[in-house]
Amino acid sequence: MHEFPITEQIVKICSKRCGDEGGSGVTKLKLVCGERTGYVPESVQMYFDIISVDTPCEGAAVEIETVRSKMRCPACGKLFYRKPLSFECPDCGTDGEPTEIGKEFYIEYIEVE
Amino acid sequence: MHDIYRDRKRIEMEENILDENDRIAEHIKDHMGAHGVLVVNEMGSPGAGKTTSIKNIVKNMKKAKPLVIEGDIESDIDTIALKGLGIEACQINTYGACHLDAPMIDHQLDHMHFDFDEERAILFIENIGNLVCPAEFSIGEHVKMLISTVTEGSDKPYKYPLAFEKADLILLTKVDLLPYLDFDEEFFMKGVRALNPNVKVIKCSGKTGEGYAEAAAWLEEKAFALELHEHHHDHEHAHEHEH
Repeated sequence: MHEFPITEQIVKICSKRCGDEGGSGVTKLKLVCGERTGYVPESVQMYFDIISVDTPCEGAAVEIETVRSKMRCPACGKLFYRKPLSFECPDCGTDGEPTEIGKEFYIEYIEVE
Repeated sequence: MHDIYRDRKRIEMEENILDENDRIAEHIKDHMGAHGVLVVNEMGSPGAGKTTSIKNIVKNMKKAKPLVIEGDIESDIDTIALKGLGIEACQINTYGACHLDAPMIDHQLDHMHFDFDEERAILFIENIGNLVCPAEFSIGEHVKMLISTVTEGSDKPYKYPLAFEKADLILLTKVDLLPYLDFDEEFFMKGVRALNPNVKVIKCSGKTGEGYAEAAAWLEEKAFALELHEHHHDHEHAHEHEH
């Protein structure tokens, strides 16, 4: 459910930028969403359709790119996808450390007309 | 042929969606810190012992003034209980929202008085009981305090890594129950250390009081490390405390 306020923010940012650029409406927006943010793309899409009504974003196509989370092995440097209930590096067995890969949450671009 | 796309323009944004929240959070942190108030964002799942931990830490605080904002989806039971103990507390109800965010706290702070005589205060903000969403939103805290309990099981760092990665202080609560549970402390700590090598972990029990004196001392040390300074208000809302 916490996608609701986040989607409000997305609509607000995109509508403002559209206005700043002299556009009449947003036709498309591209979001990048890391899996560790916990946001569910389908929920963002569902709320977007509701929240964007009567805003410059109404009817815009939403493309969401999800980024899988990776850990980094402090011993051998390998970047890897973790297995459930484990942080171990698949190559050397050392516990990996968190990285920023998978925490992305930004609007990459919008298309306006 | 008429090109229906000819008037479309692509605008590169690269704009972080949480920027506005984070700006307000940074402002709260600076502002409260300048006034000697350490802000503690207390996170944990429902029933982990968040309110019990606040009560026990407050009991053990020696120098700083305790203040509490209780975040709950509904009800003010915890706030009433804290006030009954003489602790200054107020309530935020989110009516469905699963976490607190910086604008909610900013709004609440406008209605609070901070006229304490002590040199420092510690403002505990008890977040909504939830291990997922609260970890994603800064609310202006200096310290993220995570309450994890032995009854939840030792796999929590692996299942909710963000909360453990971001914590500055972890209280492992209800440790008086350890003899009756299969809690694997080594597995728990292995996960915690992989995510957050330097985080302080204190074993606590609301039943016996174990650990809370250490937690109180740790927080008071942080509060007294805040640097007080003249703080200019460049924002429109008025605060009701003295400068």
